Amino acid sequence: MATAHSKTAARLMISPAVLLLLGWMLVPLGMTIYFSLLRYNLLMPGMESFTGLDNYRYFLTDPAFYAAFKNTLLLVGGVLLITTIGGVLLALLLDQDFWGQGIVRILTIAPFFVMPTVSALVWKNMFMNPVNGLFAYLFQALGLEPFDWLGQAPLFSIVWMVSWTWLPFATLILLTALQSLDREQIEAAEMDGAGALARFFYITVPHLSRAATVVVLIETIFLLSVFAEILVTTNGGPGYASTNITYLVYAQSLLQFDVGGGAAGGIVAVVLANIVAIFLMRMIGKNLDA
Amino acid sequence: MSRRSSTRRKALMTVLAWAVGLLLFFPILWTVLTSFKTEAVAIADPPVWFNFDWTLENYATVQERSNYGRHFWNSVVISVGSTLLGVIIAVPAAWAMAFVPGKRTRDVLMWMLSTKMLPPVGVLIPIYLIFRSLGLLDTRIGLVIVLMLINLPIIVWMLYTYFKEIPGEILEASRMDGAGLREEILYVLTPMAVPGIASTLLLNVILAWNEAFWTLNLTAAKAAPLTAFIASYSSPEGLFYAKLSAASTMAIAPIMILGWFSQKQLVRGLTFGAVK
Repeated sequence: MATAHSKTAARLMISPAVLLLLGWMLVPLGMTIYFSLLRYNLLMPGMESFTGLDNYRYFLTDPAFYAAFKNTLLLVGGVLLITTIGGVLLALLLDQDFWGQGIVRILTIAPFFVMPTVSALVWKNMFMNPVNGLFAYLFQALGLEPFDWLGQAPLFSIVWMVSWTWLPFATLILLTALQSLDREQIEAAEMDGAGALARFFYITVPHLSRAATVVVLIETIFLLSVFAEILVTTNGGPGYASTNITYLVYAQSLLQFDVGGGAAGGIVAVVLANIVAIFLMRMIGKNLDA
Repeated sequence: MSRRSSTRRKALMTVLAWAVGLLLFFPILWTVLTSFKTEAVAIADPPVWFNFDWTLENYATVQERSNYGRHFWNSVVISVGSTLLGVIIAVPAAWAMAFVPGKRTRDVLMWMLSTKMLPPVGVLIPIYLIFRSLGLLDTRIGLVIVLMLINLPIIVWMLYTYFKEIPGEILEASRMDGAGLREEILYVLTPMAVPGIASTLLLNVILAWNEAFWTLNLTAAKAAPLTAFIASYSSPEGLFYAKLSAASTMAIAPIMILGWFSQKQLVRGLTFGAVK
């Protein structure tokens, strides 16, 4: 149906978007790779020199990198665990028949729309503050010592805040998938004598596994880049206790002005994200043909 | 199952679901409540729930002291501007890929998606340096461009999945009737595409409004949108819970309203059509 004429027109229509994205990806990424091979500090302009892979060696052997790598894994893993398990349970609950479904759905999804800086500062001050926070009050009421959440358990506190944002997302996606489940299939299984547990594990779980995979992969992409929550609560501290790779690269680049080292860190982050991206692309690519 | 036990089950589920929903919503509710308290009441021990003298003074103070209106307007300009610009560039691309698919359409789509997976720190330094030398640091136009670029893949994908659902036969019929490319787009496709375009606009305004990596790193006092303005409350002086709450409430209220309208599109947009 497509003529040569419309093919040319189509190419012209696609090209602005393609060229822009190509430029957005190649130019800065090329520059980052180039910088990563230089000794280049913004505080010492004019002193740039080629150092080969030294920046990578320093970055990868720096204890801060190991701390940040571990924290990134814990942060991503912790939030994924909480949001997918919690999301499945919540989606199953919201899929039940109860009064006020519309309102409860709205209440549940709301945290996802709260911007990261607001969410982090509200949790930090109004809940986790060891003197005036609601948690401190709650602990006191239970006869416990108030706990300095961000001082004593900074990474856990950040996992908590980020999970509050992403649990609604997981719930919404899983609930959407759950509602597309064929009711007749369940009824047929029920008639054949399958119990509630059997129905759950042999029909619901396989049906949800696809949506759950999508949730895991998409959240991972965003969670690898958690930044604002750390910036406004702990600044990565105490020490490196809540520094993830994104924050480490930011600190090295824009706080210490070490362009070379920051660039090497950035490339390491790109490589790590690509490993995840390959899996995600396969998932979505499969769906394109369907 | 008897009727009575199913009613009892429904009542139990109602209590459970409402409890969970209210628990998740509680931080937002508490923020809104606190925004109407005086600073002294905001940190009262034990906490005060509803029984206090409601006041609007925090909202007035936030505006007076920090020119809240300007940051709000920055957020509007940046989120709406980047979305509109992105849609203008994406509509032709998505249209062409949906209706004149070539051998490489699939590859192009997947490649666009892959740019979305580039972690922002990977390009932070170059973008910062380019912006500095072009004088784009702390300008709204700079952020409009960056946010347009990071959301462009999502915009193209969303539009593509919506356009794909428009039946091709309608196009063929209109071509048989002698419609040219221009007429086809203007009179046949556009009316059918409007709902999809509207949903795309909505979701991307939300994403751009809440974006908190580039907005924090590329702005200072002048062009800071609400994400960056609120971040300035991280190093407070004196009593500030009520003011933080007022600033936060105003920052999240408009997007929450938009968000509730776009739940369905949110699923489709954020999963790139993999879950509908």
